[in-house]
Amino acid sequence: MDRSAVRDVIVTLVVSAILIGVMPMLISTYTLTVLIIYGMLGLSLGLIWGFGGILCFGQAAFFGLGAYVYAISAVNVGESTLPMILAVLLTAGFAALLGAMMFYGRLTDVYLGVITLVVTLILFKFINSTAGPQYVIGKARMGGFNGIPGFQTLNVPGDPGAYIWGDAYYYVCAVALIIVYLLVTWLLRSSFGRIAIGIRENETRMALIGYDVAARKTVLFAAGAGIAGLAGALYASWAEIVTPTLFSLGQSAEIIIWCIVGGLGTRLGPIVGAAGLAYLKFLLGQQSMIDNTLIMGLVLVIFVLFLPRGLVPAIGALWQVSVGHKVRRRPARRMRRARNG
Amino acid sequence: MAETVLETSGLTMRFGGVVASDNVNFKLKHRELRCLIGPNGAGKSTFFKCVTGLLTPSDGHVFMRGQDVTGWMPHQVASLGVGIKTQTPNVMDALSVHENIWLAARRFFDPAEARARTGDVIDRLSLGPIARTDLGQLAHGERQRVELGLVIVTDPWLVLLDEPAAGMSAEDVDRMTEIIHDITRSASVVIVEHDMQFIRSIAETVTVFHQGRVLMEDHVDRVMTDETVRRVYLGKKA
Repeated sequence: MDRSAVRDVIVTLVVSAILIGVMPMLISTYTLTVLIIYGMLGLSLGLIWGFGGILCFGQAAFFGLGAYVYAISAVNVGESTLPMILAVLLTAGFAALLGAMMFYGRLTDVYLGVITLVVTLILFKFINSTAGPQYVIGKARMGGFNGIPGFQTLNVPGDPGAYIWGDAYYYVCAVALIIVYLLVTWLLRSSFGRIAIGIRENETRMALIGYDVAARKTVLFAAGAGIAGLAGALYASWAEIVTPTLFSLGQSAEIIIWCIVGGLGTRLGPIVGAAGLAYLKFLLGQQSMIDNTLIMGLVLVIFVLFLPRGLVPAIGALWQVSVGHKVRRRPARRMRRARNG
Repeated sequence: MAETVLETSGLTMRFGGVVASDNVNFKLKHRELRCLIGPNGAGKSTFFKCVTGLLTPSDGHVFMRGQDVTGWMPHQVASLGVGIKTQTPNVMDALSVHENIWLAARRFFDPAEARARTGDVIDRLSLGPIARTDLGQLAHGERQRVELGLVIVTDPWLVLLDEPAAGMSAEDVDRMTEIIHDITRSASVVIVEHDMQFIRSIAETVTVFHQGRVLMEDHVDRVMTDETVRRVYLGKKA
């Protein structure tokens, strides 16, 4: 690992440790937990859209799928470790199949958007229609519109009686997000990540260099879906119920808005966008004067017009202007010396 | 006799009723430099795209070093060790010159070797001062040069260039000529080109396309003085 990577990891750990300690003083851990989960969901789309150039309108489908896989297997297994793993793997597997179909079919962006959107709709409609007693997977009744309640929530691995909830669950989710964030960082620094960015920039060129673009996009798509699946499973364990609204188009659209507002093409942006907007929605939900979707729309319009690159890149640029020039002076002097001597 | 590295037999490409490439039989030998010329719409680029896998020919076959590669995807063709440069610069705009070339090198070499080779190519093409600049900020000639860097960094045995000198300044063209001569030391090269000055300066054998067919294939001097070629390609005035 080179020095900048080590520095990246240390900064990530220090900043997140401070945030994990400080944030509960400002916001209740119950709310913070779901903000973290949304952050992870935002990061999942941020990875495949911001770094892979794959605009997926169906990220909520993977989120919902993760939640349902967790719920169904938790009812059947009676503990949470295996369901968590299944939620990630099955969601990623589903995305790999869907992705392979789309990418090997050489679909363009628009059709990709349409297909992911339709898949979300199909899942929503299907899960909604599973109300009858015939819709049973093992011991789990699908429950249709009412969803699945009363499954085993997160427990200490190997001890189904030791539930992890409340503040402890907040810390588990925070650590999970940090691990996912570091894994994404590692992925993007690896050759695979750099090649994925190359593909985002120019698919034809990467194919002409000799890269199997479809295979790489499929893998990245599946990785993003796996993260969304994990977020879904954590959400299920937090909400203690899963319902078809997880698959709603509104949810999918919101994830896209998180990424745009937070800053596409950054790792932090989608997390900040997700947590920030979800908290805003939470605050707006406590009043009934203005419809909160209206405010969400307004926020998106304002960002697209005035901060098209998003919050995190804008703050980064501001940092560069105010602090960066002091830092930049040093290499300039070094270059001058090199020229003279 | 030198080995044939690229061969097409009866290569035909139809777009609806239009036959863009009509029964083209083409052979290229090891370390040969061949220019493809012809008026607009003569089928040069279609032929080029069929060979590189960007288009699947309607009929006929493409062979590379004796292997039938008809209908292969571009990445499969490239994986054989074929370097391809398309007509419009195809580069990664938001990435630096170094990253662009490194990505090409990484396809065939481990990260350390890829970095070493990237450094070599940057020196060879005198891209040092702009190595950390994003491609989007570069002038057209520089972008063309970087794209050539992407092609040569992997030491391909066959290099296919579609209009490498298009839109370049005289100085850039001179440099490009030098680089191409350099490439022919180890690889066979096919160049699709419009710029006659450029062709005269590099070519030996030239294949002339007209209405999707091969009109003539001969030494550049004889092609330039041929009456039929002058009529279809250069116009009556010339």
